[in-house]
Amino acid sequence: MLEQFFPNVKWDRMWEATTETLYMTSISVIATFILGIILGLLLFLTSKGNIWENKPINTIISAIVNIFRSIPFILLIVLLIPFTKLIVGSMIGENAALPALIIGAAPFYARMVEIGLREIDKGVIEAAKSMGAKTSTIILKVLLPESMPALVSGITVTAISLVSFTAMAGVIGAGGLGNLAYLEGFQRGRFDVTLMATVVILVIVFIIQFVGDYITTKLDKR
Amino acid sequence: MISIKNVQKIYASKQGQVKAVDDVNIEITEGEIFGVIGYSGAGKSTLIRMLNGLEIPSDGTITVANRVVSKIKGRSLRQARQEISMIFQHFNLLWSRTVKENIAFPLEIAGIDKAERTNRVNELIKLVGLEGRENAYPSELSGGQKQRVGIARALANNPKVLLCDEATSALDPQTTDSILDLLVDINKRLGLTIVLITHEMHVIQKICHRVAVMEAGRIVELGSVLEVFKNPQQPITKRFVQQVTEPEETKETADHLIERFPKGKIVQLTFVGEATEQPLITNLIRHHEVTVNILQGKINQTQNGSYGTLFVHLDGDIKEITRAIEYIRSQLVGVEVLTNA
Ligand SMILES: Nc1ncnc2c1ncn2[C@@H]1O[C@H](COP(=O)(O)OP(=O)(O)OP(=O)(O)O)[C@@H](O)[C@H]1O
Ligand SMILES: [Mg+2]
Repeated sequence: MLEQFFPNVKWDRMWEATTETLYMTSISVIATFILGIILGLLLFLTSKGNIWENKPINTIISAIVNIFRSIPFILLIVLLIPFTKLIVGSMIGENAALPALIIGAAPFYARMVEIGLREIDKGVIEAAKSMGAKTSTIILKVLLPESMPALVSGITVTAISLVSFTAMAGVIGAGGLGNLAYLEGFQRGRFDVTLMATVVILVIVFIIQFVGDYITTKLDKR
Repeated sequence: MISIKNVQKIYASKQGQVKAVDDVNIEITEGEIFGVIGYSGAGKSTLIRMLNGLEIPSDGTITVANRVVSKIKGRSLRQARQEISMIFQHFNLLWSRTVKENIAFPLEIAGIDKAERTNRVNELIKLVGLEGRENAYPSELSGGQKQRVGIARALANNPKVLLCDEATSALDPQTTDSILDLLVDINKRLGLTIVLITHEMHVIQKICHRVAVMEAGRIVELGSVLEVFKNPQQPITKRFVQQVTEPEETKETADHLIERFPKGKIVQLTFVGEATEQPLITNLIRHHEVTVNILQGKINQTQNGSYGTLFVHLDGDIKEITRAIEYIRSQLVGVEVLTNA
């Protein structure tokens, strides 16, 4: 049946490309989650009226985040070529895509983290202070748990963007479904390969969305 | 227990400086329930927040439980805060934690181990009457129940002082009373010193021993609640006292009564302290040839005695009425003969 509609699809290649995409996406999502939370916390804590209020540092982080968030991803990959060569050693393969994926997504996610943290009632932070909590306790036991639904729904959106970023990176040579669709599909005029790669990407996106929404509602006790 | 000396708090704002608290001096003794009343913007929150170092005074000294909270910082301030806990108007519970976990939070901060935490949390749940709701999330609780969690959480580390910032302002009258009863109970049982701020005289009347009236950053009047009720000095204090002693309609009612009873006299009696407990009306009728007709009355209980007003109509021979009024005066009850306004 499938062979009939997709005569040119090599299933082992398709599977290989899928695992490459999943690999790039999961590593970059994990790294973006951590880096984004750190940046988001810094943005929040150094902003006006907060624990580490510090105008210069806030302005600097904010500027960096805005710049990297605004560079189109395809140009970011190109701009980062020297940096990637330096730390990965090559421009080909899944690992080569990771620096650009993380640097492209973390600032985007950091803003979402900051917004999530700002939605926490100031009174709750103050209550924790009034109980004698240290800043680290406030971060780990108040800020992160209280904003967790926002952090999870934010990483869901970011993860979906990352899937499409991996496809773009694939075109430039990073492997994965984007690479397959472009090289085997587009360049050789095999439409069915491109279509199948698209279907697989859509399935991945739907699964991410579904799992993300499920966890978000589970966590939200408001 | 608490000593506030020459304390000032000045905020710099775009329009210039705001003196939120202006030269305040208060001494609060151990085990006392001390109330601060004032209208919005009087500086009450600023004052109470300086007691646990959430705000630092611009000038002056604040000592709570032998710690100079206006000077200490860092670790010693955090330790002091475990002895000076606070409850809030909007409860400020962590919505991501259950009742039990919310109450355990200050114990986690204090570094208490798990087994002991569980025991203490169970004790506190009983103390505030939340049995059966341990595993509920704050969003599943009523306002009154949320404040009970707030109180349990505040008591977790056996504090010496409890600060209440408008703790009942978000609650309906009935729930307010149940929370106030709980505070009195805790004060008596644990000997806890309580400082509360409010804009409702009802709260002061019901649970405070002493009260300070705050206006534009200053304390304009301070005394025992009964004294302040009996003899308010400042216009603002009189207005607050009226909130509970006389209903809004009293003045109209008085005029109305005078019209309805052209004969005899309408008298407003004011009882304070023990005066409320004597059989005044019985004695009045026994010893004087007057008829006494009770028209309207209200008695308020305060922590140091009761305070009440009673409107009666006295009828009979004019000389006898005058003598009756003199008798009432001799019983240390305030008398005011109402005339047409
Ligand atoms: N952080 C701040 N910066 C500038 N001004 C402030 C600040 N906090 C309070 N104020 C000012 O100080 C004054 C007293 O405020 P405060 O909150 O203590 O009043 P309050 O008596 O608690 O009033 P309410 O009953 O409305 O809570 C107000 O004029 C307020 O605008
Ligand atoms: Mg206030």
